Amino acid sequence: MSGFGWWLRDTWEMMKRNLIHIKRTPELLLDVTLSPIMFVLLFVYVFGGAIDVGSEGGEDASYINFLMAGIFVQTVAFAGVYTGVLLANDLQKGMIDRFRSLPMSQSSVLTGRTLTDLLRAMLAIAIMWVVGMLVGFRPEGGIAGNITAVGLMLLFGFALSWVGVAMGALVRTPEALQGIMFAVVFPLTFVSSAFVPTDTMPDWMRLFAENQPMTHVVNAVRDLTLGTDLYAAELPSTLWSLGFLLIFFPLGLWLYKRRTTQ
Amino acid sequence: MIEAVGLHKSFGKTHALDGLDLDAREGAILCVLGPNGAGKTTAVRILTTLTMPDAGTATVAGIDVVRHPAEVRARVGVAGQYAALDELLTGRENLEMVGRLYRLSGSDARARAKALLDRFEVTDAADRIVKTYSGGMRRRLDLGAALMVEPEVIFLDEPTTGLDPKGRLSMWDLIEELARGGTTVLMTTQYLEEADRLADDILLIDHGRAIARGTADELKRQVGGERLEITISDASGIDAARRVVEALGEGPARVDAEDRKLSVAVASHDGVLTRVIRELDAAHVQVDDIGFRRPTLDEVFLTLTGRPAEETAPSEGGGA
Repeated sequence: MSGFGWWLRDTWEMMKRNLIHIKRTPELLLDVTLSPIMFVLLFVYVFGGAIDVGSEGGEDASYINFLMAGIFVQTVAFAGVYTGVLLANDLQKGMIDRFRSLPMSQSSVLTGRTLTDLLRAMLAIAIMWVVGMLVGFRPEGGIAGNITAVGLMLLFGFALSWVGVAMGALVRTPEALQGIMFAVVFPLTFVSSAFVPTDTMPDWMRLFAENQPMTHVVNAVRDLTLGTDLYAAELPSTLWSLGFLLIFFPLGLWLYKRRTTQ
Repeated sequence: MIEAVGLHKSFGKTHALDGLDLDAREGAILCVLGPNGAGKTTAVRILTTLTMPDAGTATVAGIDVVRHPAEVRARVGVAGQYAALDELLTGRENLEMVGRLYRLSGSDARARAKALLDRFEVTDAADRIVKTYSGGMRRRLDLGAALMVEPEVIFLDEPTTGLDPKGRLSMWDLIEELARGGTTVLMTTQYLEEADRLADDILLIDHGRAIARGTADELKRQVGGERLEITISDASGIDAARRVVEALGEGPARVDAEDRKLSVAVASHDGVLTRVIRELDAAHVQVDDIGFRRPTLDEVFLTLTGRPAEETAPSEGGGA
């Protein structure tokens, strides 16, 4: 078998292991199932009535139509960074040493990890989609638009998985990374267009909110799912994701290698 | 089969290895013995390609561990305190996964896993997740994982630390069986008893350097020969007894009045016991126990390092 063939086989082996973990501890899926469902319901029924989204809510100007893009992107972003928590866990428990003592392709440990988390993100999107539809989400963007929207979300999530890998290789314990994740990703999702239109924010915050990656991805997904044409964010959103990938894929590999060979 | 020359490794200001030389013969068991923090684990990590040395060279099965780590990994098995098992996978799934990552075919991995589970008496628990395993079962499964490809060399890092006596004995049997089958074994331990029982060769290390090497017998001879040891019945006879044994032995006697014990170095066995008993009897000293004793590895350790082997608490997976 060629080097690439072995790499694929080892990556699949790692994915199988990660999927068995999910099967045996379904609570590993809570972050991509229960918590986003809670978010949808809380935002729609608690804040929804008080927030006027105007034309940003699609044809029927409803809050749920506006909100779903934000929830999708928040969920894949968290799932992406969570990759690092799972990696840090394996590092701490000595599993990585076991893999490193074997003649396998070492980068497969990381690609197996990030690809499994891509599957987690897909599952999350599917569940959100159904729950959203049940409470009034009407994606009028057509099949091509919606598929492109899903593609953009997954690309963003996959890119953030590599940010997670880099962070997972840096922290000493998975708990530390969990703390960092909440301290960084949470404010980033709130100071964005994910849950409210940015035009009521103070100028200085708005400047940040409208130019940060999360907003671009949310806006692109919103346009594509609702069939509107308000933001023209497809290109910047793709560029942000590819930029993250371009930097954090090699950086993650390098930090992981440095951490494990010292 | 395993050869290391001048290994150096520092972590910050700590010199974990400070010019370690090491040599294991083919098919033999080499015990690397040393207190916590002596550098045992670092040495094993370098030899198994997990850690890069700062300086020095090492070969395993003739292959350089720094230049060709993948080829070394394909030929060695690693088990011990750090190479973990997956807690959420069953015993069988763990072995099959390791087998496939050793690049066995799916069917070979399954067959080999089954054979090892039977051999290591984990069959009944094979399809339970490892989280439910006892310490002894984990170690046996861990050893099984290291044997998935019948490696030429196997590294065991403190294979019995934390095991109960029964688990320890069964692990010892397995290790002896491996060596009989021709596998070269390098194991670390902080238990002198373990080295005494298993090792063909012992390497004593402290502060990252080898301080003695040889068979258990050679090391014991290095710190002095046999001693005659006597326990008397009544502490009041201790001075009389001292005069008798010092006249027969060489050098001063060691006296432990509280335990009513005396010992003295002796050059040979010839006629010593009969003469001692006769003269003690003449001096009206009653004897509880008498015999020749070789120095233990504990004494070797104490003499060579200046401190007992197990003064530090049992390792918590550290022992760098």
